[in-house]
Amino acid sequence: MRRLPPLAWLEPGVALGGLVPAAFLGWDALTGGLGANPVKQATHQTGQLALMLLTLSLACTPARVWLRWTWAARVRRALGLLAAFYAALHFGLYVRGQDVHLGRIWEDVAERPFVTSGFAALLLLVPLVLTSGKGSVRRLGFRRWTRLHRLVYPAAGLAALHYWWGVKQDHTGPLLAGLGLLLLGLARLRRP
Amino acid sequence: PAGRVIRPSGPYDTREPLTSYRDMTTYNNFYELGLGKGDPARNAGALVTRPWTVVVDGEVRKPVTLDVDTLTRWFPPEDRIYRMRCVEGWSMVMPWLGFSLGDLLRRVEPTGAARYVQFTAIHAPDKLPGQRPWVLDWPYTEGLRLDEALHPLTLLAVGLEGRTLLPQNGAPLRLVVPWKYGFKSIKAIVRITLTRTPPPTTWALAAPHEYGFYANVNPAVPHPRWSQATEQRIGESGRRPTLPFNGYAEQVAGLYAGMDLRRNF
Repeated sequence: MRRLPPLAWLEPGVALGGLVPAAFLGWDALTGGLGANPVKQATHQTGQLALMLLTLSLACTPARVWLRWTWAARVRRALGLLAAFYAALHFGLYVRGQDVHLGRIWEDVAERPFVTSGFAALLLLVPLVLTSGKGSVRRLGFRRWTRLHRLVYPAAGLAALHYWWGVKQDHTGPLLAGLGLLLLGLARLRRP
Repeated sequence: PAGRVIRPSGPYDTREPLTSYRDMTTYNNFYELGLGKGDPARNAGALVTRPWTVVVDGEVRKPVTLDVDTLTRWFPPEDRIYRMRCVEGWSMVMPWLGFSLGDLLRRVEPTGAARYVQFTAIHAPDKLPGQRPWVLDWPYTEGLRLDEALHPLTLLAVGLEGRTLLPQNGAPLRLVVPWKYGFKSIKAIVRITLTRTPPPTTWALAAPHEYGFYANVNPAVPHPRWSQATEQRIGESGRRPTLPFNGYAEQVAGLYAGMDLRRNF
């Protein structure tokens, strides 16, 4: 019998676990659990999930390097793809909340920095999703692939800015997100 | 348990279908009871609404300090079905129970110098879970020009859908100015002061480029972060166009004749 690699459940476990919030969201949507303004509520939840997962994906390499958690590197891709999934859902819900009125959506993207920043973050994730397959590293070459995937830092920064601008008064959430990203960025620049 | 059935009957009542009582009492902005939309209903117990004293003073000949229940004996409340438009882009149709603010103001006899009305809400940071110093400059204050305050549409509400107002809706006494964004309609009022000069207002102090003193509902003037051209009516699935002065232009546009509403937003 072929021996399974250590922690064989890790990648599928993270991928499935990351979809649990989406399942809860779907359940709430069907049972009225999202309250009086369901599309807005779901938009907020998916946005926060996207930023949280993106931050976790950025924590993988520092965790491997600084804490010697070798397993962390194996879940990085799943976390990044989950972040992109929730970001796309977040954008789709916003579009739905605007009645798919393209003129209004374009006005938001073009004229309101709050929306522009979020949209730019989403666009930056697109090439990363497209080159997330194992073959892409080979095709692009390791150096070029690595350089391309540094786009995740501006994407995360823009997402945090979008969150900051989206909050009316209490900026605790965006501040924590920004601080976390800053620390993770610094942890990548230095090596132990 | 449903309240009594409210049907439009007065000249200002909208004929649009009422928002569900559940939505009106569970989806609220009342930061004193928490920042989330569901927090005010969850933390309603923190706001003790009886006994409740209201002070009416300032530029008036007959200042009074009285219990809120005395106030409703003086001015028996009536049903008023108004549209309510939040600055965040959602709206409801709410059957208030209240009386015209003008009736109270006339009773205390404003002096010739009175130009504005300042409203002050409860200040009890040790009891109210949301009254934290980093959220807003407490207590919440609002203001109207005297002619706005005397307009027959301007209401002091003590009930909703035939029932006593719940804390999340601003019990025991709140302002309702239906042609202005919801934040103008201050909740849990303890003081009404007539003044000579424009009073400070909480949101205009917190973010002056986003929230002005007038805050009239205006689809042509966007909020810096979102358009005000349309709104999400709670309970409906699509957006509907926002009307100038929230649909009350016929009654109130004259109050602002000659004013640049882009600058006086």
